[in-house]
Amino acid sequence: MTTTTPPVTPTGAPRAPGDGARPAHRVRKVARRRELGACAALMTPFLLLLTLVFLIPVGTAVWLSFFQEDQPGLGFGPERTIFVGLRSYAAVLTDPTFLAGLGTVALYCLVYIPLMVVGALALALLLDAGVVRLRSWAQLGLFLPHAVPGIIAALIWLYLYTPGLSPVIELLGRADITVDLLGVHTVLPSIVNIALWSNLGYNMVVFYAALQAVPREVIEASTVDGAGPVRTALQVKTPLVRASIVMVAMFTLIWALQLFTEPMLLSQSTPMINSRFSPSMYIYDAAFTRNNYGLAAAASVILLLFTIALSYGVTRWTGRAGANEEAAR
Amino acid sequence: MSDATAAGPTAARPGLLGRAVVRLVVGVSVLYTLLPVLWLVLAASKDRDALFGSDLLALRDFSFVQNVRDLFAMDGGLYGRWYVNSLVYAVLGAALGALISVACGYAFDKYRFRHKEKLFGLVLAAVMVPQTVLALPLYLMASETGVVNTFWAVFVPVLFNPFGVYLGRIFSQGYVPGEVLEAARMDGAGELATYFRVALRMLAPGVVTVFLFQLTAIWNNFFLPMVMLSEQDLYPVSLGLYAWNSAATTSPEYYPVVIMGSLLAVVPLIVAFLLLQRFWRSGLTAGSVK
Repeated sequence: MTTTTPPVTPTGAPRAPGDGARPAHRVRKVARRRELGACAALMTPFLLLLTLVFLIPVGTAVWLSFFQEDQPGLGFGPERTIFVGLRSYAAVLTDPTFLAGLGTVALYCLVYIPLMVVGALALALLLDAGVVRLRSWAQLGLFLPHAVPGIIAALIWLYLYTPGLSPVIELLGRADITVDLLGVHTVLPSIVNIALWSNLGYNMVVFYAALQAVPREVIEASTVDGAGPVRTALQVKTPLVRASIVMVAMFTLIWALQLFTEPMLLSQSTPMINSRFSPSMYIYDAAFTRNNYGLAAAASVILLLFTIALSYGVTRWTGRAGANEEAAR
Repeated sequence: MSDATAAGPTAARPGLLGRAVVRLVVGVSVLYTLLPVLWLVLAASKDRDALFGSDLLALRDFSFVQNVRDLFAMDGGLYGRWYVNSLVYAVLGAALGALISVACGYAFDKYRFRHKEKLFGLVLAAVMVPQTVLALPLYLMASETGVVNTFWAVFVPVLFNPFGVYLGRIFSQGYVPGEVLEAARMDGAGELATYFRVALRMLAPGVVTVFLFQLTAIWNNFFLPMVMLSEQDLYPVSLGLYAWNSAATTSPEYYPVVIMGSLLAVVPLIVAFLLLQRFWRSGLTAGSVK
């Protein structure tokens, strides 16, 4: 940190403007310049990446969304790019397959996020209650799926959903229960299950680490007040790890909105998942199957705006809830 | 003594029934997370007929070694290629990416300049942006510059890790005291020399944490390679297995290799997590510190 005291003359009087640089001031100025140089050197590699991999692509996506490739003369004429304004946006927003995809992801979020947050928090609180033997082994076991790449998690579960391969379906079959885990109504819960399996342990560890940081005196105080273990967990510990809950909910939401890998893999095996099942799959399909860049770009920008709006909403909402809570105390 | 300790903690602990319920719930959850992996291990060690016979727990038809051989022989040894590719993308990419991000996070923490917090806000915003949004423009940029369907088309974008900058800033606050830098300056050391000789050593645990996060992310990466690569020789394992699984729907001889390939693809991350476990825990808590 550099000192921020204003430059003063050796006699202690404030320096008058136009007084000329004093040696001390010049030394400080040189030091400041050297610092800024070092700062720039340390930041440049990342800022280059930020520009190349983030700013230019986002700008390109926005730019592309206002243009369309047009081939006059029944597609035999020379290709040209024409400005179409908001027409691509209108096309996306009136496309029933895009809206259906948006609906699918909304439903997916509504089922998945509460299950994930509540499940991971509950497990962390149970482990924190201190009655589970082999606690670190339980944690390791729960965390294991995080080391399994998403596509492989999807592969494992796809095989566990596939009749003939799956011991689960086999077992259920012996009990005369036939389920089609990749049917119309089961395919979304099946995807939720894959995501839950992959991330439950990771988020549990996040919550558990936060719970470990809760001062023991606070918990002892609530015990002295006569609160049982359940009440201590819900009314004392849970509010204290709110920052972690918000963070987990945010990241889960951002990832959930991008839903792509699992349905993409499952679509190889079930006709219930079409190529525009989620907005991300819609973008992929528009860009790389239909080669309609304007449409894909418009859908991308819409997905981006949704993500920003929802994340902003979550922070605002939890911020307000937190403020109310503080006020209530 | 036993009285004193018993009065405190046990009162906060659940009763006998409660304890049984807690253990049951945790036990069932652990089974839920472990059994699919166990299935993968068992299925990978069976020959093809036994795989479809679903008699997984029987000890006969064991052909683990043969399955590994089949896997590496399939399609002219493609799997070995994919594995090496994934290791290069992930290990090199995560190492380089972590160094870049932590250096930037350190600069955000230790230096003052105009619009610093606005720039940092932009970095945080980048964490939120879906990869699918960036994929099409990145693909078009790569086509323009002729790097599409090359190693660089995948390698350069994965270096970008804004969350690593955020972690780097937090670690720099926690691990590198300002006094140390002042002392180095008094000694006349240059700013960059101070960073590389003094600060970076103190930040080492943070670098490892960011490395681990990024290693996982790149090993998981699927969308970007799928967009960028058409040549199978350049695929990472994730995309290769996706392609083979798609082939398996018409030719079932691919099922055993996909299963064995999946099992082997899980190994590096498990090894990394076991070796580096004390680091990622600190990263997890750092993420939630305000």
